[in-house]
Amino acid sequence: MMKGEGDARPRVLVRGAGVAGLTSAVTLAERGADVVLQEIGNREGAGASWMAGGMLASWCEAESAPPEVTRDSLESVDWWAGHVPDVARNGTLVLAPPRDGAEIARFARRTSHFQTVDGAGIGALEPDLEGRFDKGLFFPEEGHLDPRKALGALRDRLVALGGTMSVHAPADGVQGDPWHGARPDWVVDCTGIAAENQLTGLRGVRGEMVLLRCHEVTLSRPVRMLHPRIPVYIVPREDHLFMVGATMVESESLASMTLRSMVELLTAAYVLHPAFGEAEIVETGVGVRPAYPDNVPAVTVHGRTVYVNGMYRHGFLLSPSRARRVGEIVFGGPAA
Amino acid sequence: MLFYGTELSSRLMLGTAQYPSPEILADAVREARAGVVTVSLRRESIGSRAGQAFWSLIRELRVPVLPNTAGCHTVKEAVTTAHMAREVFETDWIKLEVIGESDTLQPDMFALVEAARILTDDGFKVFPYMTEDLVGAERLLRAGCRVLMPWGAPIGSGRGLNNLFGLRALRAHFPDVPLVVDAGIGLPSHAAQAMELGYDAVLINTAVAQAGDPARMAAAFRLAVEAGLIARAADPMEQRDMAAPSTPVLGRAVLA
Repeated sequence: MMKGEGDARPRVLVRGAGVAGLTSAVTLAERGADVVLQEIGNREGAGASWMAGGMLASWCEAESAPPEVTRDSLESVDWWAGHVPDVARNGTLVLAPPRDGAEIARFARRTSHFQTVDGAGIGALEPDLEGRFDKGLFFPEEGHLDPRKALGALRDRLVALGGTMSVHAPADGVQGDPWHGARPDWVVDCTGIAAENQLTGLRGVRGEMVLLRCHEVTLSRPVRMLHPRIPVYIVPREDHLFMVGATMVESESLASMTLRSMVELLTAAYVLHPAFGEAEIVETGVGVRPAYPDNVPAVTVHGRTVYVNGMYRHGFLLSPSRARRVGEIVFGGPAA
Repeated sequence: MLFYGTELSSRLMLGTAQYPSPEILADAVREARAGVVTVSLRRESIGSRAGQAFWSLIRELRVPVLPNTAGCHTVKEAVTTAHMAREVFETDWIKLEVIGESDTLQPDMFALVEAARILTDDGFKVFPYMTEDLVGAERLLRAGCRVLMPWGAPIGSGRGLNNLFGLRALRAHFPDVPLVVDAGIGLPSHAAQAMELGYDAVLINTAVAQAGDPARMAAAFRLAVEAGLIARAADPMEQRDMAAPSTPVLGRAVLA
């Protein structure tokens, strides 16, 4: 057992209030740790998490991710549903424009746990897409959430569990004196790409997204539009908002979205339904995903610091399993 | 065969885009025993050095790097990108792509010749991505190119060698120029076919990167390129219209 001297509750400083930091903080607080969460930015999700799609797509991700991503994420939908409101469990629909039908076949070969749906089946799932596509794949076991609302709900939960969260924290050291002179037993570093110089192999992968508001289209689940050049997903959120994302560029630039990326994202929305042509562009966003060379999120221990990083495009999908691992390290438990 | 005075360790050139992860890319490069890796600079270079992390991964592969100007549509873009590439990768090799049409990503031969001339005058060693156009090839050589890279089919289409006649004609017209089939190869058999035609190398990206198991596909391409190269050197037989039995039938009992 790793605990503070003379104290049954380990003192844990969690750095970074993105999805990895908040899930770790909440998991630790639930297990009884004395958690202080410090965020360098001005709110939770000040980094890449804010731009996430929020798809809990264990089976779809198998198209390009190694099997452990699917395996480790099977608990994810249940975890989120048990911790934040409004987690949808309506599955995922995978579609392709008619001339790219071969992409559907390829996607199907590399994934499982789906049903093949025809035009009528697509219309039954998403009435607004009736007659627009002939063939698709439906992954019924998947879910989605609104990342920004989910992060806020985790922050509230942390506080309800007796933890604290502060913003505008320093990059190192402890803000204030939360433990009255005592040092934390553990530091859990969830600072994403900011830890690039501390973690070997960590790099940033730029992503760009658009938030649209369209009153004429209603979707119940994320739709993935397959395309040989520009695969895009469209995730419905409340108030007729749709998140369209996301590009994958091997760059760490946070410069504004390029015209080309914007055209690609908006074209995909327009191909899905022409009514998106009248949509209001509410927001464009750019983030840098932290990633290791295998693009799989990892938990690593260096002395008394636990790093949760390399979330790549799997932040919401894999944070619950990685946070559980952090809990095992802090409280003692099965090895990795 | 020398490419601008350099003997390559293998005739398989491998692109580095679209792999599921850098780790899988590294596995594929190793399995392919690639003689050259190409890397696209344009998209990765938003901002000054923002692609540095990925470029470092490429350099760590320890394979000669051939940077390209993928995604450029004008002479100016391509020339600018080439200069950036020379600085980043410290090489004067540049795979010159100037795209003329966005659906097929077909090269713009006119802009290509112009950009090739500007770059060779500036000391670059240009590997031009071209259509199989014979006259265009002649112009590129006159512009200073010493290697030609005709397409087999549109980039990423996996359709193989679309115009065998055109590719043969290029080989026949330029027996001493290193020729590389670039783009459109989908299967190892396509790569073997290119080598059997007498091409000096092939450049593969999507066919490996988008395979279910890129490293295994890379190994398959390595074997295919080697098979094609050996077959060419072994002087293949000509096709015949008439059957020619490999075992004599004369004198064999026919009423058994």
